[in-house]
Amino acid sequence: MSMSGIAIATQRLDLFYGDFQALTAVDLQVPEREVTALIGPSGCGKSTLLRVFNRMNDLIDGVRVSGQVLIGGKDIYAVDADLLRLREKVGMVFQRPNPFPLSVFENITFGLAVHQLAPRREYDMIVEKALRSVLLWDDLKDKLQRSALGLSLEQQQRLCIARVLPLKPQVLLMDEPCSALDPIATLHIEELMQKLKQEYTIVIVTHNMQQAARASDRTGFMYLGKLVEFGLTAKIFTQPAQELTENYISGRFG
Amino acid sequence: MSARLAQKIAFTILLLATLLVVLPVIFILGIIVAKGASAISWEFLFSMPRDGMTAGGIFPAVLGTLYLVLGAVLFAVPLGVLAAVYLVEYSSDNWFSRLVKLAIVNLAGVPSVVYGLFGLGIFVTFFRFGASILSGSLTLGIMILPVIITSAREALESVPRHFRTVSLSLGASRWQTIRHSVLPHALPGILTGMILGLGRAAGETAPILFTVAAFYLPRLPQSVFDQTMALPYHLYVISTQVPGIAENVRYGTALVLLTLVLLLNLAAIVLRSRFRRKKKW
Repeated sequence: MSMSGIAIATQRLDLFYGDFQALTAVDLQVPEREVTALIGPSGCGKSTLLRVFNRMNDLIDGVRVSGQVLIGGKDIYAVDADLLRLREKVGMVFQRPNPFPLSVFENITFGLAVHQLAPRREYDMIVEKALRSVLLWDDLKDKLQRSALGLSLEQQQRLCIARVLPLKPQVLLMDEPCSALDPIATLHIEELMQKLKQEYTIVIVTHNMQQAARASDRTGFMYLGKLVEFGLTAKIFTQPAQELTENYISGRFG
Repeated sequence: MSARLAQKIAFTILLLATLLVVLPVIFILGIIVAKGASAISWEFLFSMPRDGMTAGGIFPAVLGTLYLVLGAVLFAVPLGVLAAVYLVEYSSDNWFSRLVKLAIVNLAGVPSVVYGLFGLGIFVTFFRFGASILSGSLTLGIMILPVIITSAREALESVPRHFRTVSLSLGASRWQTIRHSVLPHALPGILTGMILGLGRAAGETAPILFTVAAFYLPRLPQSVFDQTMALPYHLYVISTQVPGIAENVRYGTALVLLTLVLLLNLAAIVLRSRFRRKKKW
């Protein structure tokens, strides 16, 4: 894919909401086909950083970004950057499972129809593949025309992951994807992430430090809009270089 | 006075007040049905008036009202829905959108006879459409615009924000998002507003008085540039302008108009309640 296995690279990234600086000089390199976790206390900017990568912050009035963000080697904030194509290649899974009030089938084909990626006769095959990827096929193969809102929360969240897969994204952004789920379902989603990282680069924001420790390969600790420390998860959680990181992961604040 | 007695008196007063609201409606309906039901027949509904409108049917007026309502809806619904989409989905809260919203509120408060005069000035005279179905429809359309826009705005605003966020995050453009993730879910609410507008357009007399309504026409309208008879105006004519018309014909005409409007409102209510039940998010 891109240069030396780096999926996302930011250089001196600043982000302002009006006068408030939400991100300060963030330098981050997210490797391909790994799970990268962003942790930190509420308001530290981890969700904001996540939403830089698919430019969902653009929806908020008064947002300003400076610095550089490269995804697949391309500057996504360049003047001629194609926003719609970016969001096709960088999929997002949200905090609460939020399927459309459509059928399971229509939820998965939504992106296909929008981007006209495949002829209609291939939809059946694509839907099956997407559902298999999130291990829902056996449960739902006879319920494809049922409303997605009738599924359990875990199934809904899996469906939301499956919904972005037909777009063949390079990166999956997950914004606290398990915060609405019970512990068993949370474990299932974490297992799924291990499976998906073989094909996709995953960046996950989480409040749950155990989740970061269990499910991620690398962890970034953020505080007051700065990326305090970034490195292999095993190292961050056993021998953090910064005192601030150690205080946070040992539960002294947060 | 004991608390219990005071409560009893209060409840009685409340009940009487409520009854007083319902009674006139029942009374009006009762009188119209009692005096008009005997006039209703196939011939009354589907034949031309005869003998200086003292006999025969009211078909041209029924048909004319349907034409006018249809024309008003064809004009007002697309315009109103597009305006609502602009206000809800595109405009930020600036002086222009506030001005438009203020204009809509004021438009809703304009007396219907003013719409009639406006239609006369603009459509009949300035655009030279003459007194015609086109002029009348456009005038009625402008009159029901505020209802359409307001209900479409409410319907759009009730579509959860995350439908838009998710759709955009999947790389859909703003228009695709509106077209596929917002409008379909707002449709029932928009339809409800449309039907309420229909009901209002069917019942109004003043806006069609100067713009389209004919006192009496021996034939059915042939094009949108023809005048037509219409139920509300016909009712006014046979009640006050033409002597010697049987009472049951007058009340029968009122009954037809009332039934038409009530049926439209009923349809709006049914649609709205089905919408609410289906709404699970």
